[in-house]
Order: sequence, then structure tokens, then C-alpha cells
Amino acid sequence: MATIRVQAEDFDPAAEAAALTDGRTDVGAVVTFTGLCRDEGGVLETLELEHYPGMAEGELARIVKEAEARWPVQGVVVIHRYGKIAPGERIVMVAVSAWHRSEAFCAAEFLMDFLKTQAPFWKRQNLADGKSGGWVEGKEADDKAAEKWTR
Amino acid sequence: MKAVYFAWVRERIGRSDEEIAPPASVTDVEGLMTWLIGRGEEYAHAFENQKVIRVAIDQTHVKHDAPIANAREIAFFPPMTGG
Repeated sequence: MATIRVQAEDFDPAAEAAALTDGRTDVGAVVTFTGLCRDEGGVLETLELEHYPGMAEGELARIVKEAEARWPVQGVVVIHRYGKIAPGERIVMVAVSAWHRSEAFCAAEFLMDFLKTQAPFWKRQNLADGKSGGWVEGKEADDKAAEKWTR
Repeated sequence: MKAVYFAWVRERIGRSDEEIAPPASVTDVEGLMTWLIGRGEEYAHAFENQKVIRVAIDQTHVKHDAPIANAREIAFFPPMTGG
């Protein structure tokens, strides 16, 4: 049973991860990843995250299904925010529970790599000097990270 | 069909969505982009580098050679930068 949410508001990574193990005694590993907004050396005032409502949730669900088909995981949480996000705030989290650590690590990394290249979100930087920093460009390194899973 | 635009594609075109009615001779995504370019300079600007544009039909990623015949909603956007 996966939890997939696309929301403007913040989330509590500890509470979300705890929900994967509440009342269970069969979980051997929980891996969590939280992505935060960097200040880029003090020049960034806010990030603005645009998303494609409906498709964003749909793509996250598809990526989670793919992870569940590849590894024997017990639970998955994927939460992605949209709207204005200030440096230090959380943007995204992925948590995976499994019987063993290897599948939890692999599935969590897979989810992040595919989320970055397949889920319809776009970041725009607003700089502290008042001038717009413009849209963040897709990184080749992110494409490479996703490609490694297709080998 | 409904066309929807995101991020700098949306900004360049100046709207987030619109109803479009391409002629029957426009059969695939690539042809649709070429047809859109003919609608004005804002479209030509948005689609000046067609190769980088990502496309989704009815909220599923598709390639540029995908047929558009049964599309209800077709989305154009830059490479994604979430996470």
C-alpha cells in the first residue's frame, strides 16, 4: 500500500516514515530520503514549483508501481510539494520499507531518479536581488542517473 | 482537443491552455508542433527547439512520432526539474 501525495503544504518525514512500521513486526529496513531547497550560496530567495495536476500524481503512481515490481518492498511513501518554497524547506520525500536494506535502498534511489526525470514538475528560481533567476534547466546528470536502471 | 502548456512553454505562448482544432492532415505530435508554430511568433518562440520539448497525451508521456488522432488533452513542456 503506497502513500502518494502532491501538495502545497509541508510534511513531517519522521511521522510518514513511522507510519510504515506502526503496528508491524515484519519490517527489517526503512530508507528515507528528503530533498530540501538550497539557498545556492545565499542568492536564492524562493523556488517556485509548477506541476501538471493529475499527471503528477499519475506519474508518481506509475513509478511506484514499477519500483514495487522490481523489488520486494513492503511500503512506499512519495510526497512532492508545489508552489513557493523557501531555502531550508522540504520539497520532496521518498520512504521505502522492506524486509532487507538492499531493496529499500535500491527502490528509494530508483524512485528519486525516475521522479526527477519523469514526474511533471518544474522549478523556477526567484533570486534575492529581485531579478528572476528563471527556470531551472534539466540536468544531464539526472538523465544519466535514471538511465542506469534501464541497463 | 485541449492543448496545455507548462513552465517556459506556457510563458512564451502566453496562456496555460486552449482548445485547438488542427486540420486532418496533422496526424502526429511533430506535425502538431509545426502547425502550432504557424499560429504566431509566440508559438515559434516556444517551439524554436522542438527536440527539447516533452509531450504528454492524456497525461501519459509520448514521443514526437505519436499519433494524435484520439487525443483529448495534449501537453507541451520543457524537461522536468522536480525532486
